[in-house]
Amino acid sequence: MVQKDILQEEMKAVDYVQVYESPQFKEFLKRKRKFIIPMTVFFFIFYFTLPILTSYSTILNTPAIGDISWTWIFAIAQFVMVWILSSIYVRKANTFDDEAEQIIRDQLK
Amino acid sequence: MDPIVIALFLAIVILTLFVTYIAAKKTKSTGDFYTAGGGLTGFQNGLAIAGDYLSAASFLGIAGMIALKGFDGFFYSIGFLIAYLVVLFLVAEPLRNLGKYTLADMINARFDARKVRGVAALSTLTIVLFYMIAQLVGAGALIQLLFDIPYTVAVLIVGCMMTIYVLFGGMIATSWVQIIKAVLLMAGMVIVSFMVLLKFNFNISAIFTEVKTATSYGADYLNPGIHYTEPLGTLSLMLALVLGTSGLPHILMRFFTVKDARTARRSVITATWTIGIFYILTLFLGFGAAIFVGEATILEANPGGNMAAPLLAEAIGGNILFAFISAVAFATILAVVAGLVLSGASALAHDLYGQIIKKGRISDKQQMMAARIAALGVSVVSILISLYAQYLNVAFLVSLAFCVAASANLPVILYTVYWKRFNTTGAVTASLCGLISALVLVSISPSVFSPVEGAALFVGEPIFPLDNPALVSVPLGFIGGYLGTILSKEKDYARFAEVSVRAHTGFKVHNK
Repeated sequence: MVQKDILQEEMKAVDYVQVYESPQFKEFLKRKRKFIIPMTVFFFIFYFTLPILTSYSTILNTPAIGDISWTWIFAIAQFVMVWILSSIYVRKANTFDDEAEQIIRDQLK
Repeated sequence: MDPIVIALFLAIVILTLFVTYIAAKKTKSTGDFYTAGGGLTGFQNGLAIAGDYLSAASFLGIAGMIALKGFDGFFYSIGFLIAYLVVLFLVAEPLRNLGKYTLADMINARFDARKVRGVAALSTLTIVLFYMIAQLVGAGALIQLLFDIPYTVAVLIVGCMMTIYVLFGGMIATSWVQIIKAVLLMAGMVIVSFMVLLKFNFNISAIFTEVKTATSYGADYLNPGIHYTEPLGTLSLMLALVLGTSGLPHILMRFFTVKDARTARRSVITATWTIGIFYILTLFLGFGAAIFVGEATILEANPGGNMAAPLLAEAIGGNILFAFISAVAFATILAVVAGLVLSGASALAHDLYGQIIKKGRISDKQQMMAARIAALGVSVVSILISLYAQYLNVAFLVSLAFCVAASANLPVILYTVYWKRFNTTGAVTASLCGLISALVLVSISPSVFSPVEGAALFVGEPIFPLDNPALVSVPLGFIGGYLGTILSKEKDYARFAEVSVRAHTGFKVHNK
């Protein structure tokens, strides 16, 4: 019985264009993009600001805490950013997983 | 040689061979061989990614560079880590959802053309070979210093070990060697950093104050600009570091060892934390070496600064810690080269032989055979080249590998998943433009031609000004793919719909 189900599933050709164009998938993709694109733009800007500032100015060389300058604070902030963004990503991605499973249940099976 | 060094060295050899023996018994199919049957947990794979990624260049090279050049060495730490955001946000999950064993598999989810697979396999092999030679030559020189054995013997030992792991234990052995290495490396880093911090009563600010007077650079030591004086050169390097990682075949391959995108994501998180902590600690190793070992002694041991970390261990922890850090360096080298052999073998045996020459009509048994022969081939070729390259300055090969990965692989990966209009011609032109421009520009750059004898591979005036050409070659890869696509007629909207649905939902049709 179970085997028969799997066989039937294999036989059924999936119309991906139909899924792709469905409002459900379109909406899902839009939400994903609205999250990923601004985040990606943000971390690239944050990252490149450091070498740009250190290469073209000495503004970060001023001391922040004792002998630790702003350069180092900014450098360590890069690490903090990675950990914060990756946690945010995981939380968000888990909700995307639920949506993806819903699409598979509704349209692909 | 110190008996403790020999004991720890042998302990690593025996432990990894034992792991290989167990793995060999579990390796029954091609899937086991290439991807450990997709059976690793997110945490295990995360550690393995860290083990695969943190090479001796990271461990010894960055610590040495921070010790000798201050802040500029830390640029590498930052770039190598932020790269994981690119992997996490853009690459890991679609890759896991679309691929099977190799990067080319993922691209082939969209394009059947054999030339696309061929070009992808070509760039994989280029990266693997360059990276491996850099690792092996570096390893030979390093082991020579650490354990006082001749270069040739050192290269042969590392070469034989990596061949044994991959040939018999495939991905299962490789993964576990990488996990063991990651744990050892992190332990070593934490111990040494802890001892450095202890000397300053955990007052980080005091370390900064101390290091200001420890080197010949004085207060400038803490400011950027000692090594990287050329703004565009710095930016180009930073670009290669941040984009290169998501195109490195041995890193990408690690995402096929987990069962789904969710686990792939979890492994990136574990890897990101491990790698992040590691790179923060490089700071204490670097500063510690500058303070407790001193510039002159570091330079005397090795002009590249590679001995900074082991010498620091010796200075603050005596012979035992020196032996332990040396053993960690050895394990580090083994884990990275094993990962490289495996990804090279997969491109040769799976992509070129199995899919292109045999057109996929090949039994599982034949595939395993081909994979093992390819692993042996990749190993032998890279060992032979490395034996001859002892006196060449091959430091540029690592940055070249990152540059090829960023310029040839990343554009194709991103276009395949995210660009509707992208087509076969575009995939070929993107890869070739990125690959060729990276190769040509590096070969006429200051890292290959230097007027100072011994500073680079050849003596002469460089034609191209940047050490790392990523600033030019990455845009060329993207532009090449764009032009190749819009100048050719082919469109396959249905195929893109399929790739997009599968990449984003993780849906798989059975037996496909």
